[in-house]
Amino acid sequence: MSDTKKMTVIATKGTLDWAYPPYILSSTAAALGYDVVIFYTFYGLQLLRKNLNLKVSPLGNPGMPMPMGMDKWFPVLGTTIPGMEAMMTAMMKNTIKSKGVASIEDLRSLCLEADVKMIGCQMTIDLFDMKREDFIDEIELGGAATYFEHAGQSDINLYM
Amino acid sequence: MSDFDQELDARGLNCPLPILRAKKALNDLNGGEVLKILSTDPGSVKDFDAFAQQTGNELLSSTEEGSEFHFLMRKNS
Repeated sequence: MSDTKKMTVIATKGTLDWAYPPYILSSTAAALGYDVVIFYTFYGLQLLRKNLNLKVSPLGNPGMPMPMGMDKWFPVLGTTIPGMEAMMTAMMKNTIKSKGVASIEDLRSLCLEADVKMIGCQMTIDLFDMKREDFIDEIELGGAATYFEHAGQSDINLYM
Repeated sequence: MSDFDQELDARGLNCPLPILRAKKALNDLNGGEVLKILSTDPGSVKDFDAFAQQTGNELLSSTEEGSEFHFLMRKNS
């Protein structure tokens, strides 16, 4: 086996906030010299779309800090109001920008530049009738056995 | 002569961008050359230390200048 360390990540979530851990850790691992493989399954496939349209929702997310102390006076039911998700997504995107945090688009590009291998779950694509052409060209498709081909010889395997 | 060969301005950028930009800048240097990095991310102090230890690039100095953090890193040969 080569000396190069290897990491795999299983990305399962398709929201703006949860898009960060896989792309931050993968880009950083690649910069540290790791070979990195990300396996995208179920909602994680959203992170591979050509046109990323990721959202964040306060619904069912009591840990999410709300601006202006809204979480203190806003009843839980308020998070179900139509338009709330769009508003929180817009606010989150502004915060991300103002704090110098990279966009998901940028982090994904950096991962691709660093030769992070991206594998989309074929079963998920079939299950949800997704189209291959909606995803970026750089990906491969595969299944559970394909994942283990990488995970079995990897130093770090993370599930997100 | 300055004590570095190239400067990277990573001010205003947050984790993990300073590390990623530094890695990219180091790729363009020859072994033994020194990269100076400017950052405002407090987390980058520990991160550049960890980056150096794991990549074999040498962190020559890590200093705090007001609200900024300055690093000198020598590319491994």
